[in-house]
Amino acid sequence: MLPKYNTSVKKVDNEEKMSGMAIFTGDIRMDDALFAIPVRSTISYGKILKINVPGLPKGYYFVSAKDIVKENVCNIIASDWPVFADKETHYKGETIGLIVGPDKKIAIDLATMVHAEYEEYEPVYEMKNSYVHKEFNKGNPGLFKNATKVFSESFETGYQEQIYLEPQGMLMWLEDKKIVIKASMQCPFYIKNAVVRTLGCKPEKVRVIQPAVGGAFGGKEHYPSLMAAQLATAIVKIKKPIKMIFDRKEDITFTTKRHPSKTEISAYMDKNDNIIGVKIHVGIDGGAYVGCSMVVLARALIACTNTYTFDNVAVTGDAYCTNKVPSAAFRGFGSPQSIYAMEMFINHLADFLHVKPLELRNKYLVKTGDITSTNGIFRDKIILKELMDKAMEMSDYKRKLEEYSKPGSYRGIGMSTFLHGCGFTGSGESTIINAQLRIKKDKNGIVTFYTSQVDFGQGNKTTLKRIVVDTLGIPEDHVIYDAPDTDETLSTGPTAASRTIIIVGGLAAKAAQHLKEIWKDGEEQEIVEPYVGPSYIKWDDDTMQGDAYPGYAWGVNIVEVSVDPITYEVTIEHCWSTYDVGHAIDERILIGQADGGLAQALGWAYLEKEVMENGVFKQKTLSDYVIPTMVDLPQMETAIIDNPFPYGAFGAKGAGELTFAGGAPAFCLAVEQAINRKIHKIPATPEYIMELIENGD
Amino acid sequence: MEIKFKLNGVETCVDVNPSMRLLDVIRDICHLTGTKEGCGEGECGACTVLVNDEPYNSCLTPIININNKEVITIEGFRETKAYRVIADAFAEMGGSQCGFCTPGMILASYAVLKKNPHPTEEEIRIALSGNLCRCTGYQAIVNAVLLASEKGIKL
Repeated sequence: MLPKYNTSVKKVDNEEKMSGMAIFTGDIRMDDALFAIPVRSTISYGKILKINVPGLPKGYYFVSAKDIVKENVCNIIASDWPVFADKETHYKGETIGLIVGPDKKIAIDLATMVHAEYEEYEPVYEMKNSYVHKEFNKGNPGLFKNATKVFSESFETGYQEQIYLEPQGMLMWLEDKKIVIKASMQCPFYIKNAVVRTLGCKPEKVRVIQPAVGGAFGGKEHYPSLMAAQLATAIVKIKKPIKMIFDRKEDITFTTKRHPSKTEISAYMDKNDNIIGVKIHVGIDGGAYVGCSMVVLARALIACTNTYTFDNVAVTGDAYCTNKVPSAAFRGFGSPQSIYAMEMFINHLADFLHVKPLELRNKYLVKTGDITSTNGIFRDKIILKELMDKAMEMSDYKRKLEEYSKPGSYRGIGMSTFLHGCGFTGSGESTIINAQLRIKKDKNGIVTFYTSQVDFGQGNKTTLKRIVVDTLGIPEDHVIYDAPDTDETLSTGPTAASRTIIIVGGLAAKAAQHLKEIWKDGEEQEIVEPYVGPSYIKWDDDTMQGDAYPGYAWGVNIVEVSVDPITYEVTIEHCWSTYDVGHAIDERILIGQADGGLAQALGWAYLEKEVMENGVFKQKTLSDYVIPTMVDLPQMETAIIDNPFPYGAFGAKGAGELTFAGGAPAFCLAVEQAINRKIHKIPATPEYIMELIENGD
Repeated sequence: MEIKFKLNGVETCVDVNPSMRLLDVIRDICHLTGTKEGCGEGECGACTVLVNDEPYNSCLTPIININNKEVITIEGFRETKAYRVIADAFAEMGGSQCGFCTPGMILASYAVLKKNPHPTEEEIRIALSGNLCRCTGYQAIVNAVLLASEKGIKL
C-alpha cells in the first residue's frame, strides 16, 4: 500500500531538481574562472622549514600563508584552525597552499611539484591528549560509594563520512568591488564571517549567494568557511574569478567527519537493585584542531543519559587532540555517540540485574517535570510511552522478541528510544545567534521574506514558506521566498542544530503574524522581527548547568534483522519508527527526514567503515567506503504522533537530527539477539560479528 | 578525433580525444549540466544517461563508445510523457530531496519500468541499487517507481 500524505503540499523545488534545471555550484558557467588546487602537507605533525615551489608558467600562482591579508585564522568557533598551515602542520593533508591557474590539469600537475621540507615530530593518533574537558554532576555522586553492585561497560563508535552526493565546491569572483561567493554550503553567514575575518575587510564587501546544494548533513557547516578563507586570500592576490570543486576522493580524504568516540558508563545499584546513579565519561576524537569539537562534546554529554532519569549523575568528557583530519559537524553533533552507548548499556544492565530490558527502561523513563542531567527541567508534555507502545504494536515487537530468543533463530529485534534537544545549546539562540527576520509587502500585497536558511534537501524552502502563507492566510503565489543572499537577508543563523523549523519557523510565523496585524492594503510595509527565546531558558556554559535546549523531540526505532550463520552478513528485514516532533508542518517532508536519518544511522551501525592508518584514511572512494544502497535497506514504516510544542511554529519542533539518533542501538540490539552476544562497538561488520561468535562474548 | 552521435534527438559532432568521458562531453562541451558527477568511478549513478535507451554511467563511458549512438540526458528526457509520469510520482512520494541524484535516478527508473512495467518492490531495489541517494533512505523512491508503474509510463 502506497502512503497518502494528508498534510503535504507540492515541494517548491521539485520540478527544477527533477528536470535537471537546478543549478548547483559545479554547474555555474564562468569560462574565465581559474581553478584552485590545494597543496597538502605530506606529514602528520612537524615544523614546515621551507616550501619549494617550481617555476610557474605565466598565469599560474602559488598562494600560501605568506599571502594572508589580515589573520591566518579560519573563523570556526575555537578559531585555532589556520587558513594555510604556516610554521607547523598538524595533520596529513592540511592545506599549505593553493596552485591557481587556467588549466585544471596543469594546475594539478604543478601542485604535485610543490615540495615542502619538514622537521617531523612524533604524531599522536590515539585519544590521549585532551584539549577540551568538561564535567558536571546532578544530585550527589558521593552516594555511589553506598552501592552494593556496580556494572561498567565501554562502547566505541567509528568515523563516519557525510557522503552528501554533491562534493564540496566553491566559486568566487569580484563584482562592484565586492567579493561574491556561491558555494555548496549550509551557513552563508559563516562563510561571510570567515572571509571578513581573514581579510579584515568590512562585512559589506562580502556577498554570499546560495545555489542549489546537493546534501550537507553537517559536512558543509564549517569546511566551506576554510575554503572561502583560502579562496579569498587568492582572489585578493590574483583578482580573477576562482573555483575550487573537490572530486569524491579529495572530499572523503580531507574534509571533516563524524567524531569517533569512546563512552564509559558505570551504574551503581543499592541492595534492592535500584540504580543509585550513573557515572559517564565520553571521549571524542577531535583531530588536529578544536574547531567546533567543544560544542560537539557538550551535546554528547548533555544527551548521555538519553531518555532516562537517574537521581545522581556524574558526567565527564574530553575532546582529544590527534594528528588527524579535524572532526566536525554531522547530523546529531555528538549526541548519537552517547545515546548509542546509553541504549546499549541499559539493555546490558538489565541482563546483569536479571530483569527484562523493557521493565528496566520503563522504570527510569523520562517523565514530564523530571530534572535533566544538567539540572534543567523537562517541561513539555512527554509522550514517550505512547511512542513506544505504538512502535511495538506496529512491529509486533513483543511476540517477535519472544520468538527470536529461541537459540539458533539467527533473527533478532531491537528497540531504541531517544531524544534530541532542538536549537543551539542553552541560551545560545538569544545570546550568540540573535536571529532577525525581514519580511516586507509591496503595494500589490505581494509578501517577500528572507532567511539565511539553506535548503540542502530537508524541504525547508517549502515548509518555511508554508508557515508564512498559512499565517497570513493569503494565496501561495503571493509569497516570495528565495534561497539566501547575504545582501538581501539578515542573519537568521546557521542551517544546523535542528533549529530551522523550531527557531526560524517560529520567528517567521511571528513576523507574518505581526505583518498581518498592521496590514494596510496598497501600502509598502516592512518588519524586522528579532528572536526572543522563552524566558525560562537559563543556562551556564561554564558549569553546564540549566536548561540545555528550548525543547526536545522524541523518537522510537525498532529494527528487525536476520544474520547469515555462515557468512555473518546481516540483513535488515524491516524498520518501524514513531516520532514526536511536536506538530509536523508537512508530513511527506517529515517522513523523508525520518527515512533518510534512519538510513544514515544504519549505515553508521554496520556498513560504513573508515579506518585511519598513520594519519591517512584507508577508504578514499565510494568503492571502499560503502554507504547503504537500495538493496541494503528494508521497508521503513513511520508513525507521527501529534504533540504540539507551544514555542514552535504551529507547534513544530526540530526533526532533522532526531531521526539519526536511534538507528545504531536498535540495529545492534537486534543483532545481539540474533547471535546471542553483546556488541560494544560499531560498525558491527561481519568480521566483528564473527569475532564475537568465535570468541564467546 | 571526430565523434558523431545523437544528443537528445540532435545530430551532434565533437572533435575530442576519443578517451574523453561522455560525462565531460555532455557537461563541458555541450553545456548540459543536468547530468551530475557524484563519484567519477561508476558507484553513485548521478551521471546516469540513456544510450540507445539503456542506462549508462557517463563517467565510465569513453566518448568513442558513443560513436553513431543515441544519447538521452535529463534535458531530453524531460520533454517526454514518460518523464511527466515518473516526475509526478517522485513528487507525490517525496522521492527527491537535495536533488543531486534525482536526474540520474529518474532516468534509471525509466529504464527499470521500460524493461519491467510492473516490478515488485524487491525488483525495483535490485534494479536501482547502482544509484545512490543519501537523503531519502530510498523508501520514497521505491514508492515513486511503484506509483509510476501503477500509472503506466505510456511509452
